[in-house]
Amino acid sequence: MSDKTAEKNHEGKPVPFRGGGFLPRPKKIVAPVVFIALIAFWEFGSRSGFISPLVLPAPSEAFDAFLNLVNTGLLWQHLAASLQRLLIGWFSGTLLGIIVGTLIGLFSLARSGLSPLVSAIFPIPKIALLPLFIIWFGIGEGSKVATILFGTFFPTVIATYGGIDNVDRGLIRMGQSFGLTRMSIIRKIILPGALPAILSGARISAAIAIILLVAAEMIAAEYGIGAYILLAGSLMATDQLITGVALLSILGLIFAWIIGRAEKYFLKWR
Amino acid sequence: MDLNLRHISHRYDDVEVLRDINLDIRRGQIVCIIGPSGCGKSTLLRMIGGLERPTAGEVLQLGVPPADCLNPLTYIFQDFALLPWRTVEGNVSLVLEDHPMDAAARQEIIQDVLARTKLSDFRKAYPRQLSGGMKQRVAIARALAVRPAVLLMDEPLSALDSQTRELLMDDLVDLWEKENYTAAYVTHNLAEAVRLGHKIVVLSRRPGEIRDIVEIDMPLSARTTENTELEAIQKRLWQLMRDEARAADMELVDE
Repeated sequence: MSDKTAEKNHEGKPVPFRGGGFLPRPKKIVAPVVFIALIAFWEFGSRSGFISPLVLPAPSEAFDAFLNLVNTGLLWQHLAASLQRLLIGWFSGTLLGIIVGTLIGLFSLARSGLSPLVSAIFPIPKIALLPLFIIWFGIGEGSKVATILFGTFFPTVIATYGGIDNVDRGLIRMGQSFGLTRMSIIRKIILPGALPAILSGARISAAIAIILLVAAEMIAAEYGIGAYILLAGSLMATDQLITGVALLSILGLIFAWIIGRAEKYFLKWR
Repeated sequence: MDLNLRHISHRYDDVEVLRDINLDIRRGQIVCIIGPSGCGKSTLLRMIGGLERPTAGEVLQLGVPPADCLNPLTYIFQDFALLPWRTVEGNVSLVLEDHPMDAAARQEIIQDVLARTKLSDFRKAYPRQLSGGMKQRVAIARALAVRPAVLLMDEPLSALDSQTRELLMDDLVDLWEKENYTAAYVTHNLAEAVRLGHKIVVLSRRPGEIRDIVEIDMPLSARTTENTELEAIQKRLWQLMRDEARAADMELVDE
């Protein structure tokens, strides 16, 4: 059924469209194209002498340096050393952070005692503490792991108790009204409710962990990506330096991908 | 099991919220509590279920709840309060997990309440996949699972659109016809109150006092939408509430 009076009037102009837009959507094809174009331009610039090899080596040279690294077997030694520090430091920092964050989120005493401390230590760049850690934990693995642990601990604490603070009070009250035990409320309502915040905290702390890893390895390490980059820098071997940086980028991307998968799996209810 | 509210008064710091409330909630009866917004009716309901403590007065349980009752005073909330990370089944299961029973017995209860609320086909669905009415049905199923002695309903239909509200209201009536549950039902909707209440308690604006208690003897099943007797009662309730509601509306909120 249509409105008869409307049908009779054919004169008049259409209402101009003013909606739409402001909705950027990812287009799959664009990213690889940009990436390849940039590398091609860079390679072309280096070969034509437009980019001086002293300033920036050609991508192909950096790739050669990478192959060299693979062939000599040094890649695995560097990667193994770095990954070990990264995983131990990040994992224990995150675990301790979640525990302390939960305590601050749940108990008044922990909140009043620990949260000012956390706020005071959080903004310190942990690299500044590295010399102190070397004195405390020795020049070996201890100080490196401790730096990463310390650096990832604080953002995790803050993300965790922030997440707990944001859990819907109504759900907690529901749990109480059905007579759930305190442990059940924490395990089944509060922690799952804080999980989105904890996971986005993990994303941030993973990035911090990589920064601190390189910084720690630059001070004193035989193996490790940071040590490799430092050595390349002091030898002016820019091709190796670029390779090292690319490895760090890939490491970061893999970490982000893993956390992304974890989010998809744990937060599928959203 | 009956409930008896004796001289309940409550204040938040220097704001008096409730003043000397005396009320009986008898077995098999639905008591509706109505009043203008901010009159403390939800606070009163939280006190009945022991989620909040009144400044003065007490809520007494008269008699013991039935032996198979897992959670005598059970709420149904306005915002449903379902865990978004659990399925329909999981949400019902949540309130049984802390009680000693084997998995089979738990499954049996879950199947039973989901069947009674016509949710069996949605067992594996997550709350975000359900409409508002469905979510509230899950919350009702969850409440039934613990075999409550008294249901405490805090504006259970207020977050729903009017058609869904109508449907769910019918469900609540059907359920009462079958099981004769006892309930305290807080609402600001007079139509809901006259449709469901055996006893309607009218609260004044803050500080909430009992202005009037209206008893309706008509059986729930006889209460159809166009019923002159009910309309007259509803009109009377509205007259009681109108000035209160207007005055409450004009108040500044200082918090």
